Amino acid sequence: MIDFEIPEKIAGTRLVVETVAVNMMRPVSRYFDEHEHEIPWDYINFMHTATRAMGGASMAPSEGKKEGPRFGFQRLAVMVEVLSWGDAGIYLDTPGGMLGSAAVSATGSPEQKERFLKRFRGETPVFDAMCMTEPQCGSDTSAIRTTAVLDKEKKEWVLNGEKIFVTAGHKAMLDSEGFIVVWATIDTSAGRAGMRPFVVEAKTPGCQVTKMEHKLGIRASDTVSIVLQDCRVPFDNILGSPEVVSDKATTGFKGAMATFDATRPIVAAQAIGLARATLELLKEMLTERGVTIRYGLPRQKLTSIEKDVIEMEIQLRSAWWLVLKAVWMMDNGKPNSLESSMSKVRAGDVVNRITQKAVEIMGPIGYSREFLLEKWFRDAKISDIYEGTGQINRLVVARQILGYRSSELR
Amino acid sequence: MYSFEPSDEQKMLIDAVSRYATSDLRKAAHDAEESKELPPKLISKGWELGVLQASIPEAYGGFGERSALTSALAAEELAFGDLAGALAVGTPGLFALPVLLAGSEEQKKQYLPSIIEADWKPYTAALIESSFDFDPNDMKTVAKAEGSDYILTGEKTFVPYADKAEAMIVYARLKKETKAFIVPKGAAGLKVGQEREKYMGLNAIPFFKVTLEEVKVPKANLLAGNFAPVLDASRVAVAAMAVGVAKAAFAYSRDYAKDRDVFGVKVAQKQAIAFMLAEMATEIEAIRLLVWEAAWAIDNKKEDASQRAYLAVTGAIDMAMMVTDRAVQILGGHGYIREHPVELWMRNGRGFATFTGLAMV
Repeated sequence: MIDFEIPEKIAGTRLVVETVAVNMMRPVSRYFDEHEHEIPWDYINFMHTATRAMGGASMAPSEGKKEGPRFGFQRLAVMVEVLSWGDAGIYLDTPGGMLGSAAVSATGSPEQKERFLKRFRGETPVFDAMCMTEPQCGSDTSAIRTTAVLDKEKKEWVLNGEKIFVTAGHKAMLDSEGFIVVWATIDTSAGRAGMRPFVVEAKTPGCQVTKMEHKLGIRASDTVSIVLQDCRVPFDNILGSPEVVSDKATTGFKGAMATFDATRPIVAAQAIGLARATLELLKEMLTERGVTIRYGLPRQKLTSIEKDVIEMEIQLRSAWWLVLKAVWMMDNGKPNSLESSMSKVRAGDVVNRITQKAVEIMGPIGYSREFLLEKWFRDAKISDIYEGTGQINRLVVARQILGYRSSELR
Repeated sequence: MYSFEPSDEQKMLIDAVSRYATSDLRKAAHDAEESKELPPKLISKGWELGVLQASIPEAYGGFGERSALTSALAAEELAFGDLAGALAVGTPGLFALPVLLAGSEEQKKQYLPSIIEADWKPYTAALIESSFDFDPNDMKTVAKAEGSDYILTGEKTFVPYADKAEAMIVYARLKKETKAFIVPKGAAGLKVGQEREKYMGLNAIPFFKVTLEEVKVPKANLLAGNFAPVLDASRVAVAAMAVGVAKAAFAYSRDYAKDRDVFGVKVAQKQAIAFMLAEMATEIEAIRLLVWEAAWAIDNKKEDASQRAYLAVTGAIDMAMMVTDRAVQILGGHGYIREHPVELWMRNGRGFATFTGLAMV
């Protein structure tokens, strides 16, 4: 039965998270934008204490109960949307399982999940990160050069390579006892079939954070480079099978893709939160200046600003439903690669269109650093880039709707 | 609780409607457009699916309860087959649904059974007026109370089957509000245009201008209820049909692109085309959910249902134009030829900006 009503359980959570967004994020938004690389510990500690108090280790959906309807990813999407509404950069500093944990959840064994994820339930906040991109490759993950060689005697994997653009890498490896998930190849001749994710824990010798980037936006979130030099991890730190399955099977790569099915709608939810914040503030600013939006009129009677705002609202709402549909499918065990990528395509577009238009409409006020519109304009751009650029996600959508493999649609 | 899956009952209806839409409506669409006529048997067969009948309670001759969502799902499927056929089959709804939504108990008992229990008959409605900034909430057609009657004056356009209609609903401004009035066939001062109107699309349906020269109707012919739910019902219907047409255009151009060779590969293997298709599919799905949301809001009596219906139809107008235009573009020169249906869908696609009033759910 089609239903657009938020489940009561999620509505309650949403309310709590909203309080956090209003009281703990918005007031410090500007400060952390202007003090890049400072860490919002107040927010981090509060979130850690709060999630512990609520009995959860992280925001990530738990494996817990099997009966009754499952809401995990829907709840997560709603929470992320609200936190990102608070501040898209600070949200990325939320402790507990994020992208790294998502990879562990999607491809790890029960033992691995216990071993790697239990740290989030401890006394202090812990972070994780995903390491995919390398200096010479971004979207084309099959070109990853980081290698993992098995030392059979010591039963260890030896990792070598360089990863860049690692979100929260500093916090995962230096500011907490967290971990990163490193994508590496176990057989350089096998292409995608050789790709595997490895968990590398904080303080592992041979793993070093080498650079912190200075960015256009989401400045409250650290983005680092990580060098792996003869970095040894236990055999059991590989997620998924250690065998290279021949015959063009691409289990490892599929593992990455399965992770994306879960994470893309979450990143899309983040875009939506930011877009909603922008549209709400824009409408508020317009109202203060005596502009009201007259819904229901034919376009011919609308002012240009009214047309823009109504258009934004259509974009925003429809994109949000795509996100919710994708996570709802996830919760209900329905394959959602198509919907997941669609939601990311749409949300990435929408957040940029909305923030760009809002700055344009408000003129010098929009461009001023006294207000948040210009910050959100800068924060927005990343949503169409990370977790698969808009173009990569179009490619994924296109392959799905056309029934093409990657070799057929390059 | 969020869910994006139709109920089993809805799925059964969608299946039945879908069979009719693809094996009957779609096959007849081209000839109907060219010969400017839909075979009466085709319309009857669609009528017998009972989409409208299922929206009318038993007390008034139907066998169900109105669900804007269920009807929107059906409307989408019908329009996937052919928009003209979908509108023709649904024309009696233009009369019956406003009676259901805004009429009194007496009016429902008086009018609904004779429409619902019979074969398809042309009952219709006159909403649209011929001005560039036509606004359903600010009509030029006016109604004035005079003794025990209302006097209707104005000019309507785009009225389907007006020449043969048993009765029609005429929308007019009464004081400052839009209201619906039942005008019987042959009322004095009611003039149906001599010639059919000619439009860019929907040539299979006979449309007429209707002039009201001080047409007198008894006060009992006013549907006293609010116009808003009636307008919402039409906006959602039109939006759902826009989704249906867009889906048709998308599927056709996708299949064509997968079939046709270019530079040693299929057209669809070029990212320029593949990305167009990806964006079309995404746009359709996004707006489709917006339409469902609006229909759901109507069924659940949400306060902002009108606003949601407005957003849905506004989004659908742009989506349909974007998708149908691209479908023609993907077929290239072939898209421009009337042997392929995409040019017809493109003409339909532009029309959604104007079609509010031609469909109801």
